[in-house]
Amino acid sequence: MADSTTSTGSPGSRILGLTTLLGLAGLLLFAFALTEPDVRLHPTTGEEFGQFDAVRLLYLHVPMAVLTYVAFLTCAVASAGYLLKRGAWWDVTAHASAEVGTVFCGLVLVTGSIWGKPVWNTWWEWGDVRLMTTLVLFLLFTGYLALRRTPAEPQRQARRAAVVALVAVLDIPLINRSVEWWENRTLHQQSTLAELKIEDLTLFTLMLGFVVFGLVFAWLMLHRFRVGWLEQAQADRDMALAIAERHAEMETLDVDAAIGRTGGGK
Amino acid sequence: MGNREVVQVRELFTDARLVATRDLRIEARSRVLLNQVAPFALLVLVLFGFALDADQRTLRTFAPGLFWVAVLLAALLAVQRSTSLEHADDAHTGLRLSGMAPSSVFLGKAVAVFVQLIVLETLLTMGIVVLYGSEVDDPVLLVLTAAAAAVAVATTGTLYGALASGLGARETLLPILLLPVLAPVLIGATRSFDDALGAAAVDGWAWLGLLVVFGLVATVLGALAYGAMIED
Amino acid sequence: MTHLGYLLAGWGIALVVLGVYGCGVVRRGRRLAGTVPEGEDRWMTSRGENQGG
Repeated sequence: MADSTTSTGSPGSRILGLTTLLGLAGLLLFAFALTEPDVRLHPTTGEEFGQFDAVRLLYLHVPMAVLTYVAFLTCAVASAGYLLKRGAWWDVTAHASAEVGTVFCGLVLVTGSIWGKPVWNTWWEWGDVRLMTTLVLFLLFTGYLALRRTPAEPQRQARRAAVVALVAVLDIPLINRSVEWWENRTLHQQSTLAELKIEDLTLFTLMLGFVVFGLVFAWLMLHRFRVGWLEQAQADRDMALAIAERHAEMETLDVDAAIGRTGGGK
Repeated sequence: MGNREVVQVRELFTDARLVATRDLRIEARSRVLLNQVAPFALLVLVLFGFALDADQRTLRTFAPGLFWVAVLLAALLAVQRSTSLEHADDAHTGLRLSGMAPSSVFLGKAVAVFVQLIVLETLLTMGIVVLYGSEVDDPVLLVLTAAAAAVAVATTGTLYGALASGLGARETLLPILLLPVLAPVLIGATRSFDDALGAAAVDGWAWLGLLVVFGLVATVLGALAYGAMIED
Repeated sequence: MTHLGYLLAGWGIALVVLGVYGCGVVRRGRRLAGTVPEGEDRWMTSRGENQGG
């Protein structure tokens, strides 16, 4: 375990991290061993149908999808907070939640695609509203992170990133609506949770998924926030150092020579 | 509304008109839109023709989508150009020192981009009629859609142009920031044109509504946020 | 178990990506925390807000 002054860890975060790992182990146990596959019998023909074992992917996919939205909403709220209050705390929170949210969002797309192949018999379904909205959302926040990585004066960048995040989140309902009208069908609503025979243990496992991935999210946010905080502190120190150097320069400056030089210029 | 507010609103629009005329006058002198952006947009139409094997029936079916992709790509150039005007000769500082409200500057620049987009859309419409054999079924819907989408693209583009300006790599940053935001506009305008050009049986008027909502939101948001973009 | 390949791919990719990302964040934190001068706390000290603008 690292010394507490040389990392972003703290006693609290370590307890959180351990709980998360234990939770993940528990979730794997429930998702793979204790729950039954989704097998239903057709009422008339008596044939077996359903998602079979592919349903086990949903214990991962659905909680991550919900947390993606939580992350982007956090980012939007923090961005609004930054524009109103201009505090570094808001800015670091917005950046952290956008980054963690984008990682989650990418995984939601990948796991959704992997789940869709056996269940919908396609890797990608253009007509699905949630799928398309999530993809556009992923692209929007990829742009946000690209903006964040562009070298710029910190306050300027923070302000612009905040506007991008707010526009992105306001865009969600419009994207959702447009895709919904675009193709009048949604595989999601027809064949996932509503139709699943959700029994006690299945429901419990899904809820456990929410809790465990919530912990993963919290742990990542905590560490990512502290990284952002350290980055800003370092930028502040660099700035203070540069100012101090300039001051030292001023004190040793030969005034006459400086005036003579500027006078001899243009 | 009190007298003061009336004066302020009038000032807002007078200033916006000043900015719009200035941008359009620069465009009229330099002719960047006519000499570079418009030929580029037509070139995109021709490239689609090559890519799709120049089959007239295919092209007619997909004309609405190809039209709007061409508009968006050309709009990127128009927005870059509009933003770079602010950096030439430090016009940016001049505007700031003139004491104009940022909202006026935003509206003025957006109007100038809007006018240029209308010109582009007119040329591209002729392009798809001639090259792809499209026929206009519903001219009213066509014109209103073109106008509503132009408002949406011009306002969003002006805001994002300012947002990407003054940052490193803004030429590459603008497309990745702007295009995903405009996804609903692309879908809406394409579907509405499907109706107006008789390419597919959809209700274009509902889509027009979505475009109008998008345009209104983008105008208000842009006018409010533009100040935060240029104050630094 | 049906769809074993899909299951392993889905869970595997997700857990590996989260693990790699988490390690990356921790490593960035260690590097940055190492640059904090003696006597200054890491992220706990409240920083002055609103430095110019």
